Amino acid sequence: MPALRFLRLHLPPLSLLPLRSPALRSPSLYSPSPRFLDSHLACAKTVASRRDATFAQEMIDVKNLSKSYGSVTAVSGVSFQAKTGQATGFLGPNGAGNTTTMRIITGFMPATEGTVTVDGFDVFDDSFEVRRRIGYLPETPPLYLEMKVDRYLQHVAKLKGVARKQIRQATERVVSECGLEAVAGRLCGHLSKGYRQRVGLAQALIHEPAVLILDEPTIGLDPAQIIEIRELIKGLTAERTVILSTHILPEVAQICQRVVIINEGRVALETDIADLTSHGSLEQEYLRHVGRDSAQSRGVTGGSGRTSATAAGNAGEGKAVDRARDERGSADA
Amino acid sequence: MRNLLTIAWRDLRSVFVSPIAYVVLTGFLLLSGWFFFNLLGQFNRLVAQYSMLQGMDTTWLNLNDAVIGPLLQNMSTVLLIVSPMITMRSFAEERSSGTYELLFTSPLSVAEIVGGKFLAGAALVTLMLAITLVFPAVVSVYGNPEMGLIFSGYLGLYLMALSFVAVGNFTSALTSNQIIATITSLVILLLLFVINWPAEGAGETMKAVLNYLSVTEHFRNMVKGVIDTADLLYFASLTSLFLFLTHRAVEAARWK
Repeated sequence: MPALRFLRLHLPPLSLLPLRSPALRSPSLYSPSPRFLDSHLACAKTVASRRDATFAQEMIDVKNLSKSYGSVTAVSGVSFQAKTGQATGFLGPNGAGNTTTMRIITGFMPATEGTVTVDGFDVFDDSFEVRRRIGYLPETPPLYLEMKVDRYLQHVAKLKGVARKQIRQATERVVSECGLEAVAGRLCGHLSKGYRQRVGLAQALIHEPAVLILDEPTIGLDPAQIIEIRELIKGLTAERTVILSTHILPEVAQICQRVVIINEGRVALETDIADLTSHGSLEQEYLRHVGRDSAQSRGVTGGSGRTSATAAGNAGEGKAVDRARDERGSADA
Repeated sequence: MRNLLTIAWRDLRSVFVSPIAYVVLTGFLLLSGWFFFNLLGQFNRLVAQYSMLQGMDTTWLNLNDAVIGPLLQNMSTVLLIVSPMITMRSFAEERSSGTYELLFTSPLSVAEIVGGKFLAGAALVTLMLAITLVFPAVVSVYGNPEMGLIFSGYLGLYLMALSFVAVGNFTSALTSNQIIATITSLVILLLLFVINWPAEGAGETMKAVLNYLSVTEHFRNMVKGVIDTADLLYFASLTSLFLFLTHRAVEAARWK
């Protein structure tokens, strides 16, 4: 039924679909499973992958985005696209405008100039439609420390507009997806950093968003936790559009298919990881676009007051490469 | 509406999970109880003294004017101090803990968020005042005060409490620091209490304006048993003005 399949692609987010809809139970779409939720998810995956194959469309379209805080310009003229089924890595030095860009995409704050559309909806004009499609993990996981994990997730589900009857299912789903079974009954405030990060991720996934925006999801975690979270994110990418910011270069190469390097509020590079590695490593590219400029502009000089542009560039390069290696080392440990 | 209740319910629960609700309730009830105890004792002494004197006008010496009225006045003063502490967390804590980002990236309107926060504060204040109804209950068991007066006085106190919550929400929305929110709120409320002090020496118009702005004037009317629409309107407009300002403050913070 090609016509019907086509129609199904334009249905609202899957969580809003009635689980018992006869159309969804059609055996042509998935292998029968005893549990309803399973079959529902299986169906979601089928639809999502079909969508990739036939409609590799721009899920997120950022055009000419600028944001100023008073006289300080955080982001200026940023444009890029992200497709479904792709993870895009946001790279850049601290203060380059990563967080600002993400906050604008999620609708947390309006842009000074430019437009962002998510799944065809404008972030400013159709803010609610966009918010329903986005799961967002800010730099600090937005936890209510005095709440228990499962209660917290139920609360978020309500806020995100998950139907009352599906709240329990949704909570159970994200708890098992993010490996939170052991801590579901504990207070958020008593969790370790790694678990808080996972609860933050669970919170972002609870309404089955088509878009995931993760602001430094692996920051402050120990190497084992970093690997776990990375695996988790990798698993989520297949059916979603993921944007994640990080300072860890190998992380981008491991998780993402695409990379956007932002420096001083501008896009310095936007490319596929595959293209990149054939021409040179991500580290080299990063340093070519960011290392030298930022080292110059911040007056970073290695050692004893060398001030020439090349010297400063080299010094910055050396540091950044060292840091990248350290991080790779710790992650692989 | 569902979102509004979700937010209100979470806020209320979190207040009861933390010691805040218990400390505030205990403090308020302890002070109110102390006032009630002393006013009642004083009333008893006065009755005993005046009963020995003959031919004096003692109509002013009744439970309403000598116990309930002053009690409500005293409670309003304690409320002034306590209510900023109930509302200080409402927005400031969400901001400092990062949950602000969760709220404002969820499909919730600012009005729902502000309404939910207000409702949570209002619920706690309602509970607080409801418990103090035990004082008029005690008085009416052992004496016969006028119920109408008690009703109008309590209505005044309740409306005042709601407007205090709205003021507190507003100051909390301005900052991520709870202490600053509390102090700002306290200052605004105290100013509203004493704003008509220069009214005596002021001109005719100025006097009317200052008296109209004063919370105490409107409250006093209601404690006296007068339910005037002007007073009801005053409290309603004070509450809605500050809720509106909260809404604006929350919106404005996002545009910075």
